Amino acid sequence: MEQERDALKALFQKEFSKMVAVISRQFGLHHIEIAEDIVSETFLLALEAWAVKGMPPNPTAWLYKAAKRKTLYHFRRNKILEDKIIPELTSNQEKSSEISELDFSQQNIKDSQLQMLFAICNPAIASEAQIGLALRILCGFGIDEIVEAFLSNKETINKRLFRAKEKLRAEKVKMELPPENEVDKRLDNVLHIIYLLFNEGYYSKTQNQILRKDLCTDALRLGTMLTEYEKTNRPKTNALLALMCFHASRFGARQTNADPVVLFEQQNQELWDLPLIKKGYFFLNLSAQGDEVSSYHIEAKIAGWHCVKEDTNEKWNDILHLYNQLLLVNYSPGVALNRTFALYKANGRQAALIEAEKLKLENSHFYFILLGELYKDLDANKAVFNFRRAHALAQTDTEKQILQAKIDSLLSK
Amino acid sequence: MEDFVLLFRQPDSDDSQVSATEMKAIFKKWDDWFGGVAAQGKLNNMGIRLNSQGKVLKAGGVITDGPFVEIRERLNGFIVVKAENLEDAITLAHGCPILDINGTVEIRPFFMNEQREYNLLSGKSAL
Repeated sequence: MEQERDALKALFQKEFSKMVAVISRQFGLHHIEIAEDIVSETFLLALEAWAVKGMPPNPTAWLYKAAKRKTLYHFRRNKILEDKIIPELTSNQEKSSEISELDFSQQNIKDSQLQMLFAICNPAIASEAQIGLALRILCGFGIDEIVEAFLSNKETINKRLFRAKEKLRAEKVKMELPPENEVDKRLDNVLHIIYLLFNEGYYSKTQNQILRKDLCTDALRLGTMLTEYEKTNRPKTNALLALMCFHASRFGARQTNADPVVLFEQQNQELWDLPLIKKGYFFLNLSAQGDEVSSYHIEAKIAGWHCVKEDTNEKWNDILHLYNQLLLVNYSPGVALNRTFALYKANGRQAALIEAEKLKLENSHFYFILLGELYKDLDANKAVFNFRRAHALAQTDTEKQILQAKIDSLLSK
Repeated sequence: MEDFVLLFRQPDSDDSQVSATEMKAIFKKWDDWFGGVAAQGKLNNMGIRLNSQGKVLKAGGVITDGPFVEIRERLNGFIVVKAENLEDAITLAHGCPILDINGTVEIRPFFMNEQREYNLLSGKSAL
């Protein structure tokens, strides 16, 4: 029974974004809420009907047919079609399409989803709301799941989504691909949102592993969609995909790591997903065409090295070099910390300590953990001092416990 | 935070005999040093690296191949860093690989900074 429910949930989640995109493409983004409602109602109808008669042989076709009927009914009943939509239809494509019948062909679903991706990732929307909207419209997440992913509450998320949709209307965002000379710039924004979606899953605050994996899978799916269209299949698109594949390949290994504080310890490499690593290299090769080096290129190469089991000098020298490069294009305290760890692995503890002391990232418990680890075998007092500072800044009980254990073991020596 | 230019000068020398391994080691030194400045969030601009070849135009239309300044030292390139003050900028310059080959790092504030100080000292308005 539960299995069946999960299968239905997965089906609805997958079809939600497709159906909303197709309906919105036909009737305009203004009516995105109506599109959401129609799709949700269609799912309810399906649940009721299927509970009585059993699942139809082709559930997807069933859903599309039901959605077509509901959509027509809705727009006819409200006379929206005649009074509002027809006068509003401006682009030739929209005008010439058959208004009375929704087009759920594979091609139209694909085109609609791609257009929706660009519409949602419009730079006019504030980025926090954008990710929420992307989760809802592009990934088909329910409000409860979005709340969980952000560790937020329903009211905040609903408000955020509402404001984002208002913004879509106010800015008159249309379901269309940007003009050719803008595709590249707009693509940056789309890639960034996909990157954030992925990170939301990969580094999420929520402990819900299924939800986190869903997020990563969806980000991969959206990225793959971009490679299927010539104008968005750019080296940086492939670099982002490579990065996500490499990271995702270690998802299983990270999950079993009960110690979230141990940043740098070895993972159980038995759990690495080898086909995904292979896919990562496939995209990494594609990303090397052309001269462009985006931060995704650099991060993908670093992530690729982390999928190499052997700890060689060459590996850590190259990782250090890549972090040096990444800092030049994209400074963040996290990158600075990772770079210092790579410096330790490549150039030794002393060199890393000198550089680490200069960073002065005194709001970050990770900074003091790194200092503590670097001092551990050199100066136990300084190591304890730094672990204590990390302990004071740590946000969760688990982190505090693990740090306390580190301090205790140093003191007992 | 203010901007400072770090100018790298080195004795004029023939680099054509440097082996690939040595070049790699020199490259790594610079790479790590830049990374260290950037890791502190203090690298503002990667500046420009100059080719060792070029011409010098002098008064009267005299053109020479260099040396680019009278002492046989050549300008290698520059970066722009963000630092609290001149002291801090000098601290950043420590460890620069150019010092290993008897070169120098010249630390210079932007003209605007000097101008503002001059104006403040002489009681003129900042504009």
